[in-house]
Amino acid sequence: MEFPSDLRYTADHEWLRAEGAEAVVGITAFAVDQLGDVVYVDLPQPGTRLFAGAPFGTVESVKSVSELVAPVDGEVVGVNAGLADHPELVNQACYGEGWMLRIRPADPAQAAALKSADEYRALVGG
Amino acid sequence: MGAVKETFDAATGEVAAQPGETHLAAVPFASRHIGPQPTDLADMLELLGHRSLDALVDAAIPEPIRLGRPLAIPAAKTEVAMIRELQELSKRNEVWRSFIGMGYHDCFTPPMITRNILESPRWYTAYTPYQPEISQGRLEALLNYQTMVSDLTGLPLANASLLDEATAAAEAMALTLAVLPPRRAPVFLVADSCHPQTIAVLRTRAEARGVRVVTGPVAGFRFGGDVIGALVQYPTTEGAVEDYRELCVQAHAHGALVTAAADLLALTLLTPPGEWGADICVGSSQRFGVPLGFGGPHAAFFATRDEHKRHLPGRLIGVSKDRDGRLALRMALQTREQHIRREKATSNVCTAQVLLAVMAGMYAVYHGPEGLERIALGVHRRTLRLARGLEALGHRIVHAHWFDTIVVEVAPSRRWGIDAALRERRINVRDLGPTRLGIALDETVSEQDLADLLAAFGSHGTPERLGAAEHRLPPALRRASPYLTHPVFHRNRSETAMLRYMRELEARDFSLTHTMIPLGSCTMKLNATSELAPVTWPRFQRLHPFCPPEQARGYHELFRQLEAWLGEVTGLPHVSLQPNAGSQGEYAGLLAIRGWHRSRGEDHRRVCLIPQSAHGTNPASAVMAGFEVVVVRTHAERGDVDLDDLRAKLAEHAGRVAALMVTYPSTYGVFEGGIRELCALVHEAGGLVYLDGANLNAMVGLCRPGDFGADVCHINLHKTFCIPHGGGGPGMGPICAAPRLAPFLPTHPVVPVGGDGGEAVVSAAPWGSASILPISWAYIRLMGPDGLALASKVAILAANYVAKRLAGAYPVLYTGAQGLVAHECIIDLRPFKASAGIDVEDVAKRLIDYGFHPPTVSFPVAGTLMIEPTESEPKEELDRFCDAMLAIREEIRAIEDGRADRDRNVLRLAPHTLLQVAATAWDRPYSREEAAFPSAETRLRKQWPAVTRIDGAWGDRNLVCTCPPMEAYAGQS
Repeated sequence: MEFPSDLRYTADHEWLRAEGAEAVVGITAFAVDQLGDVVYVDLPQPGTRLFAGAPFGTVESVKSVSELVAPVDGEVVGVNAGLADHPELVNQACYGEGWMLRIRPADPAQAAALKSADEYRALVGG
Repeated sequence: MGAVKETFDAATGEVAAQPGETHLAAVPFASRHIGPQPTDLADMLELLGHRSLDALVDAAIPEPIRLGRPLAIPAAKTEVAMIRELQELSKRNEVWRSFIGMGYHDCFTPPMITRNILESPRWYTAYTPYQPEISQGRLEALLNYQTMVSDLTGLPLANASLLDEATAAAEAMALTLAVLPPRRAPVFLVADSCHPQTIAVLRTRAEARGVRVVTGPVAGFRFGGDVIGALVQYPTTEGAVEDYRELCVQAHAHGALVTAAADLLALTLLTPPGEWGADICVGSSQRFGVPLGFGGPHAAFFATRDEHKRHLPGRLIGVSKDRDGRLALRMALQTREQHIRREKATSNVCTAQVLLAVMAGMYAVYHGPEGLERIALGVHRRTLRLARGLEALGHRIVHAHWFDTIVVEVAPSRRWGIDAALRERRINVRDLGPTRLGIALDETVSEQDLADLLAAFGSHGTPERLGAAEHRLPPALRRASPYLTHPVFHRNRSETAMLRYMRELEARDFSLTHTMIPLGSCTMKLNATSELAPVTWPRFQRLHPFCPPEQARGYHELFRQLEAWLGEVTGLPHVSLQPNAGSQGEYAGLLAIRGWHRSRGEDHRRVCLIPQSAHGTNPASAVMAGFEVVVVRTHAERGDVDLDDLRAKLAEHAGRVAALMVTYPSTYGVFEGGIRELCALVHEAGGLVYLDGANLNAMVGLCRPGDFGADVCHINLHKTFCIPHGGGGPGMGPICAAPRLAPFLPTHPVVPVGGDGGEAVVSAAPWGSASILPISWAYIRLMGPDGLALASKVAILAANYVAKRLAGAYPVLYTGAQGLVAHECIIDLRPFKASAGIDVEDVAKRLIDYGFHPPTVSFPVAGTLMIEPTESEPKEELDRFCDAMLAIREEIRAIEDGRADRDRNVLRLAPHTLLQVAATAWDRPYSREEAAFPSAETRLRKQWPAVTRIDGAWGDRNLVCTCPPMEAYAGQS
């Protein structure tokens, strides 16, 4: 299972990629494997405030629904509109076209404190 | 077997080889109900190493909770004697002509639908279509139903039915609450012209959810502020057809939603709610060929706009495709449902009313749009002739526009004579006060009925004829849009075509007529013909739920007896027959618990403790009843409730604990030794214990919830007491309560029932689905105390027998202290994911190739199968099933050993259809015979899956929930 080394990870199976003052958030390959075929992603409106550890949306497969948990505090500045019609992008490219949120983290240090790829791999036994 | 006969003592369970007559001759029906014969029982016990049935049961059930005596219910009767007794009882019901309306109308069920669906075990013994590959027939029938509802209501998305109109209206309020932005103190407006039972059910539901219901005339509705929505009736409970278009404009301007409770037959002539602005439309499809049944069962409908699809309550059938790209149906968007969402679900509703929805859909297929319109116009014109006649007699018709229901105002001086004349003619109308009577007509009304009605109001002549174009429908609300345009509603006009269509659908499905359906937690036991036959007796079918009580004395006596027996079975003597499903029972029981706390000034007790292992419905019901859910841990290995964690949670929420909900035997199928202590701990903390009766089939006559500490429990009569599952409904979930909860049992606004302290109304009809209660009555009457106890014992034996036979091949999870399970067992398939790339789904689908309906998949533990064989399955069938499971284990081993391909093997590509194995091309690394005929049994008789494995994700991403155009079927042959 692939866990790119340039990303940070959470125990709730989200990844975060810092891009300047902003960051991109999605779910990990492990999460996708657990979910199976994703059929729906419920994401917040841009402008929504995020609180680390608090749910911000849901992702549904045919037989399960999981909460999406904010990796850091911040604000949503964009969402992946393509997922509305093509939720399967999450299965096909969870680190690429299947991204979920673009956010502005409140405190960059929070992101730096998330797990590294190796730490996350150890967590999920991958 | 040899000449030696086994005798079997039902009271002690001792099996011994003795000469002479078999004991079963003395319990004649029990010997039919119970599958394994006496010699089989001995063989099964031998495998388990137990000397007798009682020795086995004593080892399985903890000593402190055993009943130790026979149930105090009447001794068993033979089938002939039972039928005679029930006939006598039914004769005390009187079938008058009921023109009461209020959501219930007499109708003609086409005899071919009665005989081939309502009375056909191939339809009524099927299970909920969780295995779509072997359920395509009723899935198509339900898709027809959804299409019919969608067309008639003018709303694009209709579900596969709900329990009744009143709960459907409550679900509409819940959807409204869920989709709108949160309000501080939400208000829901309800027109006072709605049916009284709808208003009562809605009020109960609203109170628990913190919604304020404001009832009043529609003209006074004002939106804005905290108002989230409104409910109106179309036509009203008094029959008036009102124009709600402006109301919808106002509501939408303030972000509120409008729900219309509508009459399906009226919608063939009136502008559908979806076209005049309603966001949700609910109602009953009863008058589409489903008998009155003294209140049920009937299928309610629920339709809404596409944007609310993720909050739609209940089952939804959707179109998808199978692996070969063929069109295939299955339940869609299951993540909305309580078994997945748990306490976050907007509703606790589990089941639909499939059998009744199938009937209503078939009624539409049978009549087609022209036929339905003809029926509707006929009813309307007879109503108009009645109104004319009444006006000619000097009475006033109150409303200007109506469909089939009128309110007539009579002079007080004439009222007494009219009432007497109606009684003399055995006619029921609706009493609306000293000067007003409501009369609702239906398709069964004859010329004689019209003449009798008018005669009762003082006429001596025959009703006058009408001009061709006369009507009393409001011109602005005449329906212009077409409906039922799909070919399925047009090509089955002849009975020959219709019969073949119904048979074609039926042939695609697995039911108890083909195979055991060993679904854990579902108790798919025998639904005996003599238990089912009385359901279609006119004296049970043709009573209106609100007819005067003296016309239903037979029903009342049957209820009284059934209540007493269920009270004795559970040790909880106060019974409410109102809840229409297990989930409704949970909700009603929890409301009773809330009522009790409130009566003691402890309404602040709102914490409901629920074990981790509980079925998802439990937390959903708790939230619906106004509770806050706190989860209690279960032991990872044993599956028991963790008593230490329970103590910790009780301490943490001291003073706030209202209830604990617990399933017994546990959802893991084990008699937990600590159940008494668990109940005592909750009582010490000031809480009450709700027992989920889903697993009662392991306990009847052996131990009783009331004896070990439960305060209230529901009984799934469709599991333990033989009401068939109907392919996914009807069910019945009456509750049994301890004396202290008796005052808080459900009541009813039209027919007084339940406790004095009760305010809760949970179903539209006072006794829920009354017409299926004779099934459970008959079962208890046929089995008697010994037969019932024997059934429980054999159910436990059968589960342990299966567990033992499979234990060498598969890990069996969770057993009690003695290494025994209760009435079901869980086998673990998770290890095969790593060893062979095989998961639980693959095994379930492969069982279909072997001719079996798979057991429960991934509940209560993901990656496992839960098997409940029930007492009704013959040993031969149990063995056949075990042989199939063992053969599948060898198929897995072939993959593990590298003898079969890891991806292209009989499991991963199961189930195999006839089309696949008969196709010219076959490129799989195993033979066609291995694919489709894996056992000797399948070579003798083979029931094929209609489609191969279905791509559920594709259908959920591309939601289609009405009949697809004919082109979608094209090119499939």
